[in-house]
Amino acid sequence: MTGLPLQLAAAKVDTGDTAWMLAATALVLLMTPALGLFYAGLVRSKNTLNTFMMCVGAIAIAAVTWALVGYSLAFDGDGSLIGGLHHVALHDVGFEPREGTTIPHLVFMAFQATFCIITVALVSGAVVERMRFGAFLVFAALWSILVYAVLAHWAFGGGWLIANGTLDFAGGVPVEMGSGFSALAAALVVGARKDYGRQALLPHNAVFVLLGAGLLWFGWFGFNGGSGFSTGNNSVLAFTNTLLTPACSLLAWFFLDLVRGRRVTAIGAATAIIVGCVLITPAGGFISPGWAMLLGVVGALPCYAVIVLRPRTRVDETLDVLAAHGIAGFFGILFIGFFAQLAWNGVSDGLAYGNAAQLWDQAKAALVAPAYAFGATYLLLRVIGLVMPLRATERQEALGMDVVQHGEEAYATGEGAILVTPESGVEAEVAVEPI
Amino acid sequence: MKLVIGIVRPEKANDVLEALYRAEVRGLSMTRVQGHGGELDRVETYRGTTVKVELAEKVRFEIAVSDSFVQPTIDALCDGARTGEVGDGKIFVVPLERAVRIRTGETDVGAVTPVGE
Repeated sequence: MTGLPLQLAAAKVDTGDTAWMLAATALVLLMTPALGLFYAGLVRSKNTLNTFMMCVGAIAIAAVTWALVGYSLAFDGDGSLIGGLHHVALHDVGFEPREGTTIPHLVFMAFQATFCIITVALVSGAVVERMRFGAFLVFAALWSILVYAVLAHWAFGGGWLIANGTLDFAGGVPVEMGSGFSALAAALVVGARKDYGRQALLPHNAVFVLLGAGLLWFGWFGFNGGSGFSTGNNSVLAFTNTLLTPACSLLAWFFLDLVRGRRVTAIGAATAIIVGCVLITPAGGFISPGWAMLLGVVGALPCYAVIVLRPRTRVDETLDVLAAHGIAGFFGILFIGFFAQLAWNGVSDGLAYGNAAQLWDQAKAALVAPAYAFGATYLLLRVIGLVMPLRATERQEALGMDVVQHGEEAYATGEGAILVTPESGVEAEVAVEPI
Repeated sequence: MKLVIGIVRPEKANDVLEALYRAEVRGLSMTRVQGHGGELDRVETYRGTTVKVELAEKVRFEIAVSDSFVQPTIDALCDGARTGEVGDGKIFVVPLERAVRIRTGETDVGAVTPVGE
């Protein structure tokens, strides 16, 4: 969101706001390795490193593309569809406060960069265990510019959504719906894993999943709490709602698990934390804590339904990015239209408080953003697929992506391993499957 | 009575189980083993340390069968485990002197025939 009227008046850097935003930026960056841990626990052990490395790769790629072009396209000027090129390679991004905020432009840029990074990493969840690492890096670079930067411009950077009054506090449009619906497209283009629907493909380490979810939640306080770019009321509201909504989603998930399987599951709980955090992402600074708690309960239902039903289809959207991010983001964006409250957010009321127009503004985002994310990602991957193979061969997939793509194992024992040194005379031959 | 030992790729273990099930071979045990059967070595690098991994992960099936089941068992193991690349594994068939089912004390063919047949 852009600044509040109060902040607009102050064209000076505020030290308190800046201190918080420096910390918040680091918190959000932590979310990407946390996501790596979360995802790595959900895959089979032979794909642990590759899955984690897609998240690490997202940091490398997206931080650079963001600084070079993404930031400019997202945040330069108020063109309705795309920003300008004035800030290419961080031109004119310095210590002066970013327009509409009280924090240095550089901090603003870095904070937004971490959003781009985590979103790219999120999409990898749809294609783990079979997509070639090189192809993923190419995809990540182009996607961060062609999809993320565009959606970020629409929702944050002065594009048509924010200009028309759509409220999106911390990224329901670019981050959550952007990743979720792109993930669906990516899963369709790359195709299912060879064993999908034939064998039980189970998470190999539920503790990683829980720990990753916990660290994501921790980072999400910076993600939502920092999206007011200050220590003002909206940030405080979003921060507190980031505690309440996921807790309510957890309780709702416990209940749904009990009804469905008569047991509360740990991986279900980890999923519920993510779903709750996503639900409150767009709405964080706009709805009261009471409504935020209701959002956590009600919003969990459609996500739970999609998570239960998706594996019965032939779409191998492997780690359910669509359910946990796309659907939850969609729901959160619409929820603002109903329950935004001027008394809490100082910006706008929703339908429940007599402003039906807000719901229409939210509906526009909920319809167009998924369509753009899905369509653009589908085309992008089709084009990349013409230039290079997107996925590993069946043989490589069977062997595991860790050994094939990285020449390492997550759980190497060293048994049967002979040290290769110049003196020993053992020569390193080419790996079984040169890539 | 024979003991059929099949050493196969871990990623083909599920296919082998499926093939054995279809051949109506029901009693078996499997273990994860490490072995080397002439396939190329794998090179892994961890920071400055490069190693050549000579032992590959394999799964070892042990199946005790009556004589009429020896060939179907071998066929099922081959069908399930074959990829055509080096490293598909081996099958060994060894004579079995005695077999006892602990619960009932049944011996030999009775002991290697699954309950209910």
